[in-house]
Amino acid sequence: MSSVWCLFSHPKDVGITSAMSRTTFFEVKILDAKTKEQLCFLDKVEPYSTTGDIKILFHKLYPQWYPARQALKLDPKEKSLRDDEVLQNLPVGTSATFYFRDLGPQFGWTMVFLAECVGALLTYLLFYFRVPYIYSHRFISTSSPHPVVTLACACHSFHYGKRLIETIFVHRFSHGTMPLRTIIRNCAYYWGFSAWLAYYINHPLYTPPSYGDLQVHYALVLFAMCEIGNFSIHLTLNNLKGDGSRGRRFPVPTKNPFTWLFYFVSCPNYTYEVGSWVSFSIMTQCLPVALYTSLGFLQMTIWAKGKHRAYSREFKDYPANRTAIIPLVL
Amino acid sequence: MASSEEDGTVEEKETNNKKRTKSALATAWLTFYNIAMTAGWMVLAMAMMRFYIQKGTHKGLYRSIARTLKFFQTVALVEVGHCAIGIVRTSVIVTGVQVCSRIFMVWFVTNSIRPIQNEESVILFLVVWTMTEITRYSYYTFNLLNHLPYFIKWARYNLFIVLYPVGVVGELLTIYAALPFVRRSGMYSTRLPNIYNVSFDYYYCLIIVMLSYIPLFPQLYFHMLRQRRRVLHGEVIVEKDD
Repeated sequence: MSSVWCLFSHPKDVGITSAMSRTTFFEVKILDAKTKEQLCFLDKVEPYSTTGDIKILFHKLYPQWYPARQALKLDPKEKSLRDDEVLQNLPVGTSATFYFRDLGPQFGWTMVFLAECVGALLTYLLFYFRVPYIYSHRFISTSSPHPVVTLACACHSFHYGKRLIETIFVHRFSHGTMPLRTIIRNCAYYWGFSAWLAYYINHPLYTPPSYGDLQVHYALVLFAMCEIGNFSIHLTLNNLKGDGSRGRRFPVPTKNPFTWLFYFVSCPNYTYEVGSWVSFSIMTQCLPVALYTSLGFLQMTIWAKGKHRAYSREFKDYPANRTAIIPLVL
Repeated sequence: MASSEEDGTVEEKETNNKKRTKSALATAWLTFYNIAMTAGWMVLAMAMMRFYIQKGTHKGLYRSIARTLKFFQTVALVEVGHCAIGIVRTSVIVTGVQVCSRIFMVWFVTNSIRPIQNEESVILFLVVWTMTEITRYSYYTFNLLNHLPYFIKWARYNLFIVLYPVGVVGELLTIYAALPFVRRSGMYSTRLPNIYNVSFDYYYCLIIVMLSYIPLFPQLYFHMLRQRRRVLHGEVIVEKDD
């Protein structure tokens, strides 16, 4: 509890009951990082309060700036303080000055993933159903004569539908939020590529794969296996987090054969994801799909290598034969 | 005891020598590279001036210097490598974007689209590039030799204020002039149907390239302006953090 002063509101005195009457309370001043004007003055702040607590108090005075949107720093040029930093551990006296910066509207990761997946899914369908103004006038609302086109639509929709379900029911996101600019960029990427791929696959002049049904069926089997594999890995990772025990453990293979990829790689979820897209490329025999797969592979390799390094550093008994994303190679 | 101490100091000297030798090697290479590039662009400048003085027209000028230009502009790709291995302290992406835009102009616009080689806009950006590169490479050379005359520093951080936008105008006008020829010839393009289910229209690609100047040019321009303030006036610029 603390009493909160602000330039434009009356001081509110809240009764403080503290067992430790000898605690030195902190004073906290919050200034705007750009204009340096004083936005808020907090007195009688508990020394063991965290940055997060201060953000909550600040939010009470400025309801439009919810805590996820606030960046508090000790110096305008420095990095923002983490939410779990304790006030008395910071290099300030009993009178602390913070600089505030508005990070702009923030969105939770769940919402971001939902936006990306729903957008990608619906965009593809627009092309599959040959909505007006995309293709030539006489093709409006027609359907392609090739069964592989319908199959591709089913696979693409299944892929993003599965991601939606995982986002809602399976994933537990550790990070807090993302700024608006990142969401717009991510959505542009997913929706844009979905549109580009769908344009060619559902085009009236689409050419089905050179090896015909054999190619499509093999690719479909590979796609199904990779989707199941990816889902199994997500379940396994989820169980790892939700075990309740304080100790952190790295993921290991379980009885599910799809998780046996953990013997070889640190991030089999990315391996399976790449596999899904490779099989989709083979199924549709479409160069833009292959290009999208390569970009995704590049990005996921960067993520996988980071994760692999983090695992290797954190766990002394981490298996040495594991690579990041491709068994034995990468 | 005495011998092991000696061994220790000898080893230390060796690793120190290795470090010094490595950066001495890098410095030697960079000095050679920058001198060579300065000389190359000076040769280009003189060839251009000689042609214009002798012939009195800019028609045919590009053809006369085309090979030299292609050589020296393509070799600049090495600079991306310099940033990647760390012997030059610049962002790989910034250098990459700049070199790639140059390579694109030289190889995919002026080299392959013959009819526009006699446009005035080509001369415009060639002049700008020549002046910019000579200043830039001589700046780097003198910097590496630790004898930087103030006028070179002044030139590098002031001339761009005019040269950069003028160069952009030249490049954009050239691409714009090339559009009808690209459309008519259908070069570098492919249409459906084909077995890879892909299509590419170089005409629209060029239009997108032109549009991309709108976000990219201000970013690079203001980056240079910030650097200028820092180098010439010692101001500390606070970068936006995310």
